[in-house]
Amino acid sequence: MFFTLLFAPLIGFLINGFRFRSKDYKVAGLIASGAMLVSFLSALVLFVQLAGMPEDSRVINVHLFNWINVADFSANMAFTLDPLSMTMTLIITGVGFLIHLFSMGYMSHDERPAKYFSYLNFFVFNMLLLVLGSNLLVMFVGWEGVGLSSYLLIGFWFSDPAKAAAGMKAFITNRIGDAGFLIGIFILFGLFGTVNFSEIASRVPAEPSLLWSSPITLACLFLFIGAMGKSAQIPLYVWLPDAMAGPTPVSALIHAATMVTAGVYMIIRLNPVFLAAPNAMMVVAIVGALTALMAASIGLVQNDIKKVLAYSTVSQLGYMFLAVGVGAFGAGLAHLMTHAFFKALMFLGSGSVIHAMHEEQDMRKMGGLKKHMPITHLTFVCGWLAIIGAPLFSGFFSKDEILWMAYHSPRGHVFLWVIGAVAAVFTAFYMTRLMAMTFWGKSRVPTDVHPHESPTIMTVPLMVLAFLSVFAGWLVVPHGVSTILPGHPSNILEHWIAPLMAPFEVGHGSLATEFTLMGLTLLLVILSAGLAYYMYVIKPELPEANAQKFQSTYQLLLNKYWVDEAYFKGLINPLIKLSRNLWSFWDVKVIDRATYFLSDRVKDAGGGLKMVQSGNLQIYALYILIGLVAGLFYIMKG
Amino acid sequence: MLLSSLIFLPFLFVLLVLLAPEKLTRPITLLGTVIHFLFSLRLFQSFDPSTSDLQLVEKVSWLPELGVSYFVGLDGISFWLVLLTTFLTPIVVLASWTSIDKQTKAFHISLLVLESAMIGSFVAMDAILFYVFFELSLIPMYFMVGIWGGENKIYATLKFFIYTMVGSLFMLAGIIYLIFQCDAQLGELSASVLDFYRLNLAFVDGQFISPQNVLFFIFCLAFAIKVPMFPFHTWLPDAHVQAPTGGSMILAGVMLKMGTYGFLRFVLPLYPQAVTAWTPLFMTLAVIGIIYGALVAMVQVDMKKLVAYSSVSHMGYVVLGLFAMNMYSLQGSLFQMLAHGISTGALFMLVGIIYERTHTRKIADYGGLAKVTPIFAIFFLIITFSSIAVPMTNGFVGEFLILFGTFQESALFGGLAVLGVILGAAYMLWMVKKVFFGEEGPIFKKYNVNDMNGREIAGLVPLVILVFWMGLFPGHFLKYSEKSIENLVLNKETYNIRVQGSAPSALGDRREF
Repeated sequence: MFFTLLFAPLIGFLINGFRFRSKDYKVAGLIASGAMLVSFLSALVLFVQLAGMPEDSRVINVHLFNWINVADFSANMAFTLDPLSMTMTLIITGVGFLIHLFSMGYMSHDERPAKYFSYLNFFVFNMLLLVLGSNLLVMFVGWEGVGLSSYLLIGFWFSDPAKAAAGMKAFITNRIGDAGFLIGIFILFGLFGTVNFSEIASRVPAEPSLLWSSPITLACLFLFIGAMGKSAQIPLYVWLPDAMAGPTPVSALIHAATMVTAGVYMIIRLNPVFLAAPNAMMVVAIVGALTALMAASIGLVQNDIKKVLAYSTVSQLGYMFLAVGVGAFGAGLAHLMTHAFFKALMFLGSGSVIHAMHEEQDMRKMGGLKKHMPITHLTFVCGWLAIIGAPLFSGFFSKDEILWMAYHSPRGHVFLWVIGAVAAVFTAFYMTRLMAMTFWGKSRVPTDVHPHESPTIMTVPLMVLAFLSVFAGWLVVPHGVSTILPGHPSNILEHWIAPLMAPFEVGHGSLATEFTLMGLTLLLVILSAGLAYYMYVIKPELPEANAQKFQSTYQLLLNKYWVDEAYFKGLINPLIKLSRNLWSFWDVKVIDRATYFLSDRVKDAGGGLKMVQSGNLQIYALYILIGLVAGLFYIMKG
Repeated sequence: MLLSSLIFLPFLFVLLVLLAPEKLTRPITLLGTVIHFLFSLRLFQSFDPSTSDLQLVEKVSWLPELGVSYFVGLDGISFWLVLLTTFLTPIVVLASWTSIDKQTKAFHISLLVLESAMIGSFVAMDAILFYVFFELSLIPMYFMVGIWGGENKIYATLKFFIYTMVGSLFMLAGIIYLIFQCDAQLGELSASVLDFYRLNLAFVDGQFISPQNVLFFIFCLAFAIKVPMFPFHTWLPDAHVQAPTGGSMILAGVMLKMGTYGFLRFVLPLYPQAVTAWTPLFMTLAVIGIIYGALVAMVQVDMKKLVAYSSVSHMGYVVLGLFAMNMYSLQGSLFQMLAHGISTGALFMLVGIIYERTHTRKIADYGGLAKVTPIFAIFFLIITFSSIAVPMTNGFVGEFLILFGTFQESALFGGLAVLGVILGAAYMLWMVKKVFFGEEGPIFKKYNVNDMNGREIAGLVPLVILVFWMGLFPGHFLKYSEKSIENLVLNKETYNIRVQGSAPSALGDRREF
């Protein structure tokens, strides 16, 4: 079962890869989706197996082959299926399968469907390696592998230089993270003498290290750099919005539901190590909170529907890091899961819209699509309610648990809660704005475009994801809420992964405080959503006027705080300039000149020794040699 | 006799090439090098990886007055380098099939002689013999660049020749000194490397001029130029740009490794104290080489020059690993030597393939190539990912082990070298983007560019197979060098790696001390 789970996507990749010239999207799509279905069904069977085991020993280990073994360093192709990786596997293969189906509709007009589907399968294979690997090295294989597939898929329409550049940017930015990840691995091996997760977990010292410079803190910080790259956190988030250049189903699968959550998964996987480094966890929480806020603020003013969703993803990932940073690993995983559902849903929904609008992504040219695309609209509404945290929708449970933990956890702080709450308010605004500009209000669709509902193969995945976005929250009901939902068990997911968590007592805290904070956030969220509705549906002239009025703030947000520009000005351009100088100055002027200078001096010396000049190269060489040997002996003896 | 047969078999084919008509030159050389490769696979049977002893030893006295003998043998350090040579040569013949269109006989004879010289230098256990092969390899390469090279070939050949020649002349002086030291310390003149290992070479802390220190620098100079290490690298880009495709493949694929091999065979075991003393210097130079090579590669406008500078960067990793001197890093370095041979050989071949069709290597002339030649693009991408060390390819294992090993010795150098991982991705992907993606460049209006043909695919497929084989099952490769490397690491404190076993010593029973 495990082999079909892992290798079905690889086989799909190889089959479609070898028939990459085929233009038949149906065959390619069926092969790829079939592979995903096999994988997903295997995952379900394994899940049943795993759930049937006693709670403390839910683990299936698979050793494939020996990989890198040098002296005492050993990293093998070995995999571990435990509650944590099982959860991820179900999300990856389940959501992955739906997105493959959706792609069959979305890519039906593409020239190279076989190539597209082979890349998509390749991605899933690598993502499975990442989550299933039983040591850091296998995780790193998947880690780079998903980056590679992401590179290929972002630049899938490579004839457009901007898209090719976006792929390159994604890969290189991720590489910065990967370099950090590697150093993290090096330090961890130095500390524990192993890269196996289970062995690391058993060797972590019981006492947390409070020093910034202690190896364990540094290891966590470097690993977190890896997470910053892969999961698009400040300051390495810049690649993700550009990554929207890829086909929209790719954005749904890779850049929303699965790959970008790898950093969160990694920290949850290494929770014993991170718990032993409170300083590193604090950094994780702060970076997460700030990212949540900053990305949400950028999302407020973007006009490209996919860009809004992209910044929203960055922001939601920030929440997940906030959660794991304050030690609420269960809450982090919960939000990872619910976000995978509702964000995949909304990305696919936006794909459906873009498909209907003939590749138009600018929301200023949309509006009133509700009546043309009822299913897309209705499912999108489910996603919208989930992300803004409407009560009983999935995002409500997972986000409130995070906010509560940010406040209540011993590693939390009231400021972290404030930042998280403000970001939630922003989220409600930009998501309502997106809904209003796309689906509601008056139509601004150009007259030559005739939007239509998407075919069944695209709407079915939307409906399944909508169902999950609405109801998945019941798996992650926070303790506080469960007290007013009699009979409903709280935190099913958290209990499921509990055997893998290092001891870290948080407790439940005061219910009164929890409900007060929850009520406060909810109130603000409703006000914010209402404001957005008012501005974009009832008084659509308002935003323009406001943009004029707050010109500088508006420009700052619209241009994403000019971070990309700053990177170019402060880092990339100087580096290129330096490189040019190194080449033209150092190589050509210094080193070569020095060599010529030396050879000229030798020539001069030769001029003075015409007597011995015979024109015979061997004799010259002999002279030189004799001289050298004599010199050498002289030096050594003297 | 296995090793001698491997060294001298190419000369048999030289003879055939000379006798046969010109148009049969290519098939004969191809067949010959393939037979040679298959023959070299016998090493798997004959070589015992469970010992660090020198194996398949042959020793015949040559110049007894100087203690010089024809002494060859194989250990784990040489093992894969010999196979790398025999593996790459037939592919070079394939790569040169149409691109070499004048004086084909002379080219293929040069290639065969070169192959012989390279194998010889990897198995020679007599320092003078090593020197002879080391120098001999220069001559065919000199012709290859000088006759079949590009516009600036004379400048490039001279630069290449003089650089490497100067380095090795100093080394020869050092070897002669060591031969006399054998006489002084062991009572008999000997050029055997094994006897060199037994010498006690005085090293005085804080004093620059001591025998060990001076010899260390002399040998390092020769090998550093060959590798090439920063700042002796400037001959390499010139030589590569002017060299024909086959020449570049051999140069980057095998000849550069003669430099790093020299470090492993001579510098590390012979001069342990000097190595320890100067490790920071060499690690600094290696790290500069890694970063410098990558930065300069990033701003190249010529594909071949870019690949050449990337070699400077990649070979920097190898040297870094050598001086970190632990099991991980040394195994990594040896692995990286092979991996770099495969991927850079393939990269030069790919650049050659497209150059043959468009007669330009300027990156700016291209664009949108992936659409025109999809198969070529797939091969190029695979090799690119191997070159930037994506896991499951050969590049990753070597680079990882080197960085990992270095980091355990020095977090500073290890950490700095990791930056090369980022820059490596930057310059390679930048080139890929400019050449393969975007809109179709001007060159396609001028030439009708065909995708790869069967011969070219046949040459690249073995390389691609090795890329993944080495990446997935590095153990198959590492196990052959393990014992020899272990021996080197374990005995680095005693300054004597004592490669003994079946090796007959010139000094007979006096070897016990």
